[in-house]
Amino acid sequence: MFKLIARRLLQMVLIMVVVSLVLFVIFDSDKFKKQIATAELGGFSVAAMSDHDYQKWLKSKGLDVPVHERYAQWVGGLLQGDFGKSFEKNAPVSQVMGERLVNTGILAFWVFFLMIPLSLVFGIVAGMKEGSFQDRSVSFIAVFTTSIPEIATAILLTVIVALGLGWLPAKSAMTGGWNSAELILPVLTLVLYDFGYVARMTRASMAEVMTSQYIRTAVLKGIPYARVIMRHALRNALIAPFTVIVLQLNWLLSGVVVVEVFFQFNGFGKMLLEAALFGDVYVIQAATLVAVFVAVLSQIISDVGYTFLNPRIRFS
Amino acid sequence: MTDTAMPAPRLSPMQRLKRPRALIVLSLLMIVPLVAYVMFGEPLAKAGIREIVLAPAVPATLILYALAMASWRESWVAVLGGTLVFFWVFVAVSVPFLPLLDPNKPIRPFAPPGTEMGDITFWLGTDLKGRDMLSRMLWGCQRVLVWGVTATAVAYVVGCIFGLIAGYISGIWDEIISFISNVLLSFPVMVLFILILNYLGPSGFNIVIAVTFASAPAIMRIVRGLALDNKTRDYVFAAQTRGEHPFRIMVWELLPNVRGPIIVDACLRLGYTTVAITTLTFLGLGLQPPDPDWGLMIKEASNLMVWKFSYMLLIPALAVSSLILGFNLMADGLREMSLRD
Amino acid sequence: MNDATPVLECRNLSISYYVRAGEIPAVVDFNLRLMPGEAHGIVGESGCGKSTVALAIMNYMGKNGGITGGEILFEGRDMRTMSAEELRQIRGSKISMVYQEPMASLNPAMRIGEQLAEVPLYHEEETSKEAAFDRAEQMLAKVRLPDPLRIMNAYPHQISGGQQQRVVIAMALLANPRLLLLDEPTTALDVTVEAGIVELIKDISSEFGTSMIYISHNLGLILETCDRLTVMYSGEAVENGSISDVFNNMRHPYTRGLFSSIPLPSADKNARPLLPIRGQLPLPHDRPVGCYFGPRCDYFEAGRCDRGLIPMEDTGAGERHAVRCVRFKEIDWSVPLPRPDAGPPVEAGDIVLNVQQLQKHYEIETGGLFLSGEKKTVKANEALDFRAREAETVAIVGESGCGKSTFAKVLMGLESATNGEVTLDNVELGQLAVQKRDEETISRLQMVFQNPFDTLNPSHSVGGQIGRVIRKFGVETDKEKIEQRVHELLDIVKLPRDFAKRRPRQLSGGQKQRVGIARAFAGDPKVVIADEPVSALDVSVQAAVTGLLMDIQRENRTTLLFISHDLSVVRYLADRIVVMYLGRIMEKGTTDEIFAPPYHPYTEALLSAVPIADTSVNKRKVVLTGELPSPANPPSGCVFCTRCPYAMPGVCDVDPPPVREFAPRHNIACHLEPEELAAMEPVITIEEEQAA
Repeated sequence: MFKLIARRLLQMVLIMVVVSLVLFVIFDSDKFKKQIATAELGGFSVAAMSDHDYQKWLKSKGLDVPVHERYAQWVGGLLQGDFGKSFEKNAPVSQVMGERLVNTGILAFWVFFLMIPLSLVFGIVAGMKEGSFQDRSVSFIAVFTTSIPEIATAILLTVIVALGLGWLPAKSAMTGGWNSAELILPVLTLVLYDFGYVARMTRASMAEVMTSQYIRTAVLKGIPYARVIMRHALRNALIAPFTVIVLQLNWLLSGVVVVEVFFQFNGFGKMLLEAALFGDVYVIQAATLVAVFVAVLSQIISDVGYTFLNPRIRFS
Repeated sequence: MTDTAMPAPRLSPMQRLKRPRALIVLSLLMIVPLVAYVMFGEPLAKAGIREIVLAPAVPATLILYALAMASWRESWVAVLGGTLVFFWVFVAVSVPFLPLLDPNKPIRPFAPPGTEMGDITFWLGTDLKGRDMLSRMLWGCQRVLVWGVTATAVAYVVGCIFGLIAGYISGIWDEIISFISNVLLSFPVMVLFILILNYLGPSGFNIVIAVTFASAPAIMRIVRGLALDNKTRDYVFAAQTRGEHPFRIMVWELLPNVRGPIIVDACLRLGYTTVAITTLTFLGLGLQPPDPDWGLMIKEASNLMVWKFSYMLLIPALAVSSLILGFNLMADGLREMSLRD
Repeated sequence: MNDATPVLECRNLSISYYVRAGEIPAVVDFNLRLMPGEAHGIVGESGCGKSTVALAIMNYMGKNGGITGGEILFEGRDMRTMSAEELRQIRGSKISMVYQEPMASLNPAMRIGEQLAEVPLYHEEETSKEAAFDRAEQMLAKVRLPDPLRIMNAYPHQISGGQQQRVVIAMALLANPRLLLLDEPTTALDVTVEAGIVELIKDISSEFGTSMIYISHNLGLILETCDRLTVMYSGEAVENGSISDVFNNMRHPYTRGLFSSIPLPSADKNARPLLPIRGQLPLPHDRPVGCYFGPRCDYFEAGRCDRGLIPMEDTGAGERHAVRCVRFKEIDWSVPLPRPDAGPPVEAGDIVLNVQQLQKHYEIETGGLFLSGEKKTVKANEALDFRAREAETVAIVGESGCGKSTFAKVLMGLESATNGEVTLDNVELGQLAVQKRDEETISRLQMVFQNPFDTLNPSHSVGGQIGRVIRKFGVETDKEKIEQRVHELLDIVKLPRDFAKRRPRQLSGGQKQRVGIARAFAGDPKVVIADEPVSALDVSVQAAVTGLLMDIQRENRTTLLFISHDLSVVRYLADRIVVMYLGRIMEKGTTDEIFAPPYHPYTEALLSAVPIADTSVNKRKVVLTGELPSPANPPSGCVFCTRCPYAMPGVCDVDPPPVREFAPRHNIACHLEPEELAAMEPVITIEEEQAA
């Protein structure tokens, strides 16, 4: 067990080193340095700049240092909790990112809060009786909601709820301070999209367990049906959905860029996109590392949880 | 294969077409012209054969649709999904021959659906630049389909090659390939897309590269798992014990047997890729204007938050949803049918 | 309760499954009467509906099955009229069941104690939790599990297959049921473990007085456990009666066919070869009209056997002995079935394959890329030493984990030997991987595989797969000649030529195995390794495939290495036998030497464990205790010492045993003195009047 965690953590560190190195090398290219200059000074002045002035600009930004030195500096800073500075916002990356992470965190919390019970209950009810009416209706709704991409769900909800009925604001930029009403549409969009996926996984897992021989044993042992479901089936059926749900964390952090952009919600994903378009190296660097960190971490949690929930692996 | 004692069973034309080789030829006839039409439009147009190239794809699509419907009869899910998908493929291959307005020509901005102007009717209205929505919607499926199919196909080729090597040869190759794919899989997909397209610049070909980076590791894992499972089968031992080359075992013995699960996965992945292309275009990282594209249509109208003009958002959103629903239902139906037999 | 009331009675029971193609009758017109304390066997080949009967009795048919006619009376009450709650109360308390796969039948995420305690908790009012757990623990002791407390706290995967099955049996007995259903309870287990379970089941019936229904494909097991039996064929009961009536005075052609296709001790490959039933089992949706066995029956009479439903009829002789045959009174049952003449024994030639001190060790590592764990050595093969001559059949016998499959892999060049030598016609093979062998060496040594469903590549046609071997070994190169050769090979394995164009999924298991044999012989091999080639097939098909294999071998003077766990088959076809246990040879010699004293103690137990479907055979009981050790962790000294009834502490568990020669090329590896070994009684004795 500890060996497993240790191995995974080691692997994570290795992956993060590789990732950050690759990113540094990529963003060290002239093209990206130019992109930053253009974004900051405007296309004309960059074009008009003499080579000497450009070098001076690079120096002022600290971009003239060879890439390995810059990387070493950056790692040194990182170890002291310093992520560097945003070129675009001219503020410490940690501060910029912190704000956005909090926003995304709130969004993710509500999505989980609604999605997990909803999809587990529907998935289990559907999987309990494979092929029944309840199963087929849940399955159909699930495949329907997952098939509509987030962008389309967002459009449909906005058009109906915000533009048509006028119940909720169409945008979630929170320009006038924090407004919980603006959070509802993005959360609903994500819940609708994700519900189908997790419910389908749960259904499949439950259906498989229900056809297993040990459920037959339990039924033919003559114990009440409720106990067969609660004690014998659920424990085994929830192992697979658990791992899937943990992996959704990763998706919520950065996979929802499109929803954040559409609703103009200032989340982590939107920040990443903006930074990428601007060429804001340190922000991208930090955001990617955070994203990879969360991805690998959720992978570890899901693996360890799987092992823990499954005695067949835990004790061998 | 002629001098057998038993007469070869006579096949009806329908059965002949259902054999794998015929199916592959038909599929190629459907896809290749479309890909050529979209990717190499300009050189073809210069040679004056742009429309002619597309002509064989129309009957091929219809025949394939008829075959698919005939063999999927048992699963209404697959029939529904297949119908949606083939509807859009048919639109894609036949749209140049349809009596439509030029999708790129501004005529009259902000005309709501049903507006009549002289002898022209804008059934679905016009967009904010005055271009016909119906025409743009129908033309729009071409690019999504072509780039989606190409990107998925390339990702599959790469994923299958590495998956077979990692699964069958194992050892150090498996360790290396698995580590690289782990690194790539650690990136959230969108982050990977953003990084790659930002680095390479937005274009269709770069989308293919980005999709390959994002999808190939997952495909590799699936193929690797299937290869690991299949390589312990006795027929692989039989091939090994008669001294077959590993390459031949991978291609001849293993590859045909991982086909089933892969086809189901490919349908799902075509859906994901379509979503990804639309999303990326919406974010400004994908296909570039002015040619019509669903993601682009959404992007252009996304700041126009007025009830009266919401059709500009709804039409592309529903179009892309129906295509993806088609892919997903088709995958579901195929999986269901494969489990039943 | 009156003793005359049957515990269970099935009257004209019919069961169907509903699939896409429509209704498929799984069981037709099934009758059974089970008296208190009686043990009734149901025997038949796969797909005959025997397990469906068991599940119907439990009223657990799944969502696509249903009882379409007849009734099931449990203690006089029709179970079909019972409410769900009544059924629940009967299940597990009055009727309980033991399943084929113990591992899959236990919940992997629950401790065994809790799974057991559920039975009293939900079937007896006012049972406290403690009392229920106490009962469970006592029952584990009664099924002779060592250390019940430890097992109570264990999860199912932490104990061995044999122990799991004992747990399932304990679970079934906890509520002291009136009826116990056993559905192939030992099929998934090794022979010596099976013997222990069978012993336990027999003791249960005498100790608890429980009525039993024992379902099996193995007539020998039915003989050992039951009082009466029903023979089923393709959904119908064809014969019903007491053990002695059915075994000695059978009155249905199928029953007789079944008995003459299993290798009983009286069969001999040269003098009295097995008699397979021709044709194959009809699929449920294309059963013939009239007698389902008609197309395969030697006594078929058009106009009578293919008309209407044939009823079950009492024979008049014997006790409630009934058959479903319109002609049983006309057939002269005293005339033995005509046996084909197999010809004189084949003289063995020169030594072809020579194995000397072969050793294969594996290193298994716990851990992986970054943190490697400790290394463990699995001694899969240790000091293997034997020879095989031209045209000879050498059988390698042993249970799971004995290293017989590893040995095959080393021979075929998929693994290389750690030490020792294997020579095939003076070519050293032990260290020579298959890629490094030349075409000729490869083609000389071919293999027939165990699992018919795996042996052929499902994506390619039969002809393509056989043709590939011909081309690969350069037997023929011309396309038409290859096709010609493929057709010849199909003729040899008695398959129609148009099978060349078929895909494997259009073939039955036996047909696939024939193609596997054709493929192995396509390159004219000198030595063929057959790894349990018939163990996955039905008995009537087994006989045909075994016969075919031996015919081709006889024809080509091929050396056959026959790997098997089934001593009856081995006794029938082998010239020499090598008995293996945990990677080591325990005993080797000619077939007669192995089956007669002196025995190695393991051979003795193995012989005793094999069920034999012959009432005239007497067996001396030698039941091994304990479980098969893991090959990764074998006992020190003699590997068999943990289970050996003769084990001498201080000797057997310390020193490896000496190998003594009792006759030329008859060796036994044991610490016992030669005199002690020689003094052993024969395990299998045949009563004289029957054997003659």
